[in-house]
Amino acid sequence: MKPPVKNQRLMQGNRACVEGAMAAGCRFFAGYPITPSTEMAEILAAELPKLSGKFIQMEDEIASLAAVIGSSVAGVKSMTATSGPGFSLMQEHIGYAYMAEVPCVIVDVQRGGPSTGLPTKVAQADTMQVRWGTHGDYYAIAVAPSSVLECYEFTLRAFNLSEKYRTPVIVLMDEVVGHMRERVILPDPDQMTIIDRMKPTVPPEWYQHFEINPHFVSPMASFGEGYRYNITGLTHDPFGFPTEKPEEIKQKMDKLKNKITHNLDDIIQVRAEFMEDANIAIFAYGIVARAAREAVRMARERRIKVGLIQPLTIWPFPDQYMEHIQEQLDLIIVAELNQGQLIGEVMRVNRGKTRVSSLTRYDSELITPDQVFEKIREEK
Amino acid sequence: MERIKKTRAGQERYEVRLSGSGGQGMVFAGMILAEAVGVEDGKYVCQTQSYGPEARGGTSRSDLVISSQEIFYPKPQELDLLLAMTQESCDIYFPALRENGTLIVDSGLVTQLPDRKVYGFTFTRIAREQLGTPMVANIVALGTISALTKIVSRQGLLEVLKRRAPRGTEERNLQAIEIGYELVRKKKAKVVKSDTGVG
Repeated sequence: MKPPVKNQRLMQGNRACVEGAMAAGCRFFAGYPITPSTEMAEILAAELPKLSGKFIQMEDEIASLAAVIGSSVAGVKSMTATSGPGFSLMQEHIGYAYMAEVPCVIVDVQRGGPSTGLPTKVAQADTMQVRWGTHGDYYAIAVAPSSVLECYEFTLRAFNLSEKYRTPVIVLMDEVVGHMRERVILPDPDQMTIIDRMKPTVPPEWYQHFEINPHFVSPMASFGEGYRYNITGLTHDPFGFPTEKPEEIKQKMDKLKNKITHNLDDIIQVRAEFMEDANIAIFAYGIVARAAREAVRMARERRIKVGLIQPLTIWPFPDQYMEHIQEQLDLIIVAELNQGQLIGEVMRVNRGKTRVSSLTRYDSELITPDQVFEKIREEK
Repeated sequence: MERIKKTRAGQERYEVRLSGSGGQGMVFAGMILAEAVGVEDGKYVCQTQSYGPEARGGTSRSDLVISSQEIFYPKPQELDLLLAMTQESCDIYFPALRENGTLIVDSGLVTQLPDRKVYGFTFTRIAREQLGTPMVANIVALGTISALTKIVSRQGLLEVLKRRAPRGTEERNLQAIEIGYELVRKKKAKVVKSDTGVG
């Protein structure tokens, strides 16, 4: 028998997600348990008190995100976890967190929808809701793990991005990723980068909670630290007070946009496999990318030049990468567990240059490697 | 590992389904097997389970994919090993077993067998008679799986059960593994006898 490797464990995706959150410094969870995310609430109810953190079960998902936003404003890294129906209820407060620039992490473990749909079955039908679920103009960041280890790493990264850019970040999982167990070797805590929100260095009387600066991200004082400021969902000036002045409105809206769009290289991550000489690409995220990775290897065994493009951050969409790579492609197959959502984004960037074909499944089962492979053979 | 197949993607892959009815401990057995294979034996493993209304009462199952390489697709596509602890689960899942796959059944509960090679052991009766409870029939079956297929080490199963078995039942669970091994030894002896015309 081989000697056991340090930190080698059998772990469920939902547990890996909250372990990553705790490693990132999350010390507050408010939620309303819902399948298939329930284990997260269950585990954090037991684990957070041991870290002097707080777990609270709220009356619904609306209140849950309100509590998370409040806790974050008080200076504690905070999260909630839910699934489609709860994610819909949270939209109002997700918008509030964008507007008030409150860092927080929201996990959506996708299940079949619409409405209560299929509580225990896999889907990727919240893909566009994550981008456009709440009203108004805003720039979403969403990471999408496809393995148990990625649940850990990406949740940790979600906290880092959220703290760095003072914005809510969504971890977009699905029933299979959340419930499957895999052997994982967790990274050494000393090797991990943990980012904390920038704190003000100015005296309290000079402090502007929404300061306009060249980085577009304002330092953030916590409530109770001696800095006075106002927070509102109304469009506001740098002090946080409502404004109706067009130049201040534009400044605020540009700030929300620029803090994301000026940092795309830092935020966007794409996994590209066998793309060097590929003239066909499978575009798939999350659990579907697992089937695609196998299908790409099946095709390569038969000398078909196929590669995989897996967006690890699905929002912001990797426009620049796609614009560059599509020059070499004759065909892009977009595989997803819905009736065709992400394909719209691929076609938007593609502007008709490359043939784009859709492989969808929405009968509660996974797209299999064989299905992807057959699609490649049909279309090539 | 025995009879490891290569997938069409050139990957090594061994697929297992443990099936029975809710309450027979198939999900627990799947977790024990996965942890033994992954953490103790150091292989890649991915475990998924059927999760729906049928998890209460009706059929219950736990699926594993085992490999010495990174596993891409996490669910079984063509089973290499099927454990069926009830007639219903045998009927439902048998078609998912590949042609030369291994079928192990609780022969006290699965009486109508498919026309092919089957390993039958009365796991539930043996657990009740030798360990005083049918509840460890799942663990006896794990011992048998280990002995028959070498897909998991005996030591690995024992180590995991030492830490995962409900408190107070560790000894009984460890014995269950040994009994599972013993069954295979006896069964093999019988086969040899009949082959030489003695039995």
